[in-house]
Amino acid sequence: MKYAVHCTLYVLQQNRMNEIAFRPEVLQKVQLMKTRYPEGKQKSALLPVLHLAQEEFGNWLDIPVMDYVAELLEIKPIEVYEVATFYTMFNMKPVGKYVLEVCQTGPCMLNGSDQIITHIKNTLNIKNGETTADGMFTLKTAECLGACGYAPMMQLGKFYKEHLTIEKVDEILQLCREGKVALN
Amino acid sequence: MSKKLLLKDAHIEGIRYFETYRKQGGYEAAEKAFKMPIEEILEEVKTSGLRGRGGAGFPTGLKWSFIAKPEGVPRHLVVNADESEPGTFKDRYLMEFIPHLLIEGMIISSFCLGANVSYIYIRGEYAWITEILEEAIEEAKKAGFLGKNILGTGFDHEIYVQRGAGAYICGEETALLESLEGKRGNPRLKPPFPAVKGAWERPTVVNNVETIAAIVPIIMNSGAEYAKIGVGKSTGTKLISACGNINKPGVYEIDMTISVEEFIYSDEYCGGIPNGKKLKACIPGGSSVPILPANLLLKTIDGQPRMMNYESLADGGFATGTMMGSGGFIVLDEDQSVVKHTLSLAHFYMHESCGQCTPCREGTGWMWRILKNIANGKGTMADIDLLWDIQRKIEGNTICPLGDAAAWPVAAAIRHFRDEFEWYVKNPELCLTQNYGLANYADPIPVAATN
Ligand SMILES: Cc1cc2nc3c(=O)[nH]c(=O)nc-3n(C[C@H](O)[C@H](O)[C@H](O)COP(=O)(O)O)c2cc1C
Ligand code: SF4
Ligand code: FES
Repeated sequence: MKYAVHCTLYVLQQNRMNEIAFRPEVLQKVQLMKTRYPEGKQKSALLPVLHLAQEEFGNWLDIPVMDYVAELLEIKPIEVYEVATFYTMFNMKPVGKYVLEVCQTGPCMLNGSDQIITHIKNTLNIKNGETTADGMFTLKTAECLGACGYAPMMQLGKFYKEHLTIEKVDEILQLCREGKVALN
Repeated sequence: MSKKLLLKDAHIEGIRYFETYRKQGGYEAAEKAFKMPIEEILEEVKTSGLRGRGGAGFPTGLKWSFIAKPEGVPRHLVVNADESEPGTFKDRYLMEFIPHLLIEGMIISSFCLGANVSYIYIRGEYAWITEILEEAIEEAKKAGFLGKNILGTGFDHEIYVQRGAGAYICGEETALLESLEGKRGNPRLKPPFPAVKGAWERPTVVNNVETIAAIVPIIMNSGAEYAKIGVGKSTGTKLISACGNINKPGVYEIDMTISVEEFIYSDEYCGGIPNGKKLKACIPGGSSVPILPANLLLKTIDGQPRMMNYESLADGGFATGTMMGSGGFIVLDEDQSVVKHTLSLAHFYMHESCGQCTPCREGTGWMWRILKNIANGKGTMADIDLLWDIQRKIEGNTICPLGDAAAWPVAAAIRHFRDEFEWYVKNPELCLTQNYGLANYADPIPVAATN
């Protein structure tokens, strides 16, 4: 039984692998990125290309996606896996549409980040790292994001939401639900 | 009124764009540099006394003079814009508001170093700043300050922005280079130093954003003029990012002749502590430098006012002093808990350890778990000593300085606030609902010069 499941997963993955491809304009970007480095050092484009891949393929890095990136950069899949798992910005499992990354480090803590995190947990009824049942929100505590003077803060997509208060968080959540928050 | 060099035009509408920047005298330093012999540029940087603004304070001119020049091997300048040290957000400010200052500084620096391709390695979370920088690079290119045969000098230069992806350790210069090469951010053993073997084994200079930006006024007004600002070996101006419990958090450019007291209480800077509360403690140079109680922060052990410069902040060594570090100035008021703040920092270092060295990988986890117990009223007196013991065993026993950076905050917290740690142990119930408060830190107390 276990073996059968494994095989099915493998086949599904292979099928997906065939579907995964950057749009031509993104592919062009990738080709351009590869030229930024010395001859034969195209692996250096790995982080920027993984960012693109995550943006393009559902905000997380599935194994077929990583394999595709390996192929593009002419490196071994393991070279992609070991890098993707090292950096916190790469999601190794599916996340919600809106990922609330709330900073919890010292300076933010001094300005009440604990209350913000607790409030989000209670409002959305999720723990740190979890996604709401409707797939809307994921809560991820983060370490210092370089906004300590504008604390407490969170990252939402490509943008920072700073000087947070409970009211402001509620407002942001509401705007997300209404689809009025830009992520990039 | 402090003298401003880097942020003097930051308030000008549209300074982000080439046209406005140029109208304010932008790129004149680059034009000047192109007419100077390369040795002369290096000489100006040395004369300026500029010290690296990334944290370690290493003299920039000296670093540049170490760059190896093997025949036929390209060299690189890599700007460190990873900025992840808790309390630090100054490079972000500079890049967000006056990106051309960094670009111009890079052009001059690369010309001096003989680098035709330079990189800005920026922390991945600063996605919108990446776009600002790329836009500025395009503008500079259109104006002929980047690309082939710049201003007819025969010098070619390209700048690329590379985004990281969330890893504090990539701020360490060799981890940064690994990451730039598309690998995990594992620091390298030194030597070889990047100046000999850096990116792709080529001679590479890694400098902080603020360091490279400072090259512009140095070339414009001369190194000697730059050295006139400040005091002693703390020449020029320094960006301080102030945060925590202060009225006016933000980025300030100071000329390193003001006192810490003035910086915290004057309206020109932090504007004092909210709600009239008292100052308890401060970490003046980013989370990795030792925390000081109010009394030792404002005055050195000799009773002199402590000044906002490299030497004065370090006065007394780790026994009674601290460090300038990256200039991330974190203020704690009387209602804050040093134990909880240290716990939060311990979590940070545990999370950010790359895991290569056992003392750092395991030690940061042990420290966090013990601190968590203490902060939750489950600690013992022996735990405090154990904590001290662990931090000592990490310090100096690792590949990169992250180990030290994780050890020092814990060491300083115990050194200066041991009574607060003991109070947590003695009051396991009370500590869950109350803080230790200010105790005796407001008044100068004699501190034994241990360790
Ligand atoms: C763990 C760790 C993190 C660091 N993070 C940064 C950083 O974010 N930005 C930076 O400029 N330097 C950082 N540094 C210092 C760099 O290793 C290096 O000394 C610096 O970029 C050199 O530039 P400078 O001489 O201009 O200061 C870090 C060092 C360590 C050990
Ligand atoms: S000290 Fe820590 S972060 Fe630095 S190399 Fe060792 S394990 Fe990695
Ligand atoms: S501590 Fe939260 S942004 Fe720096």
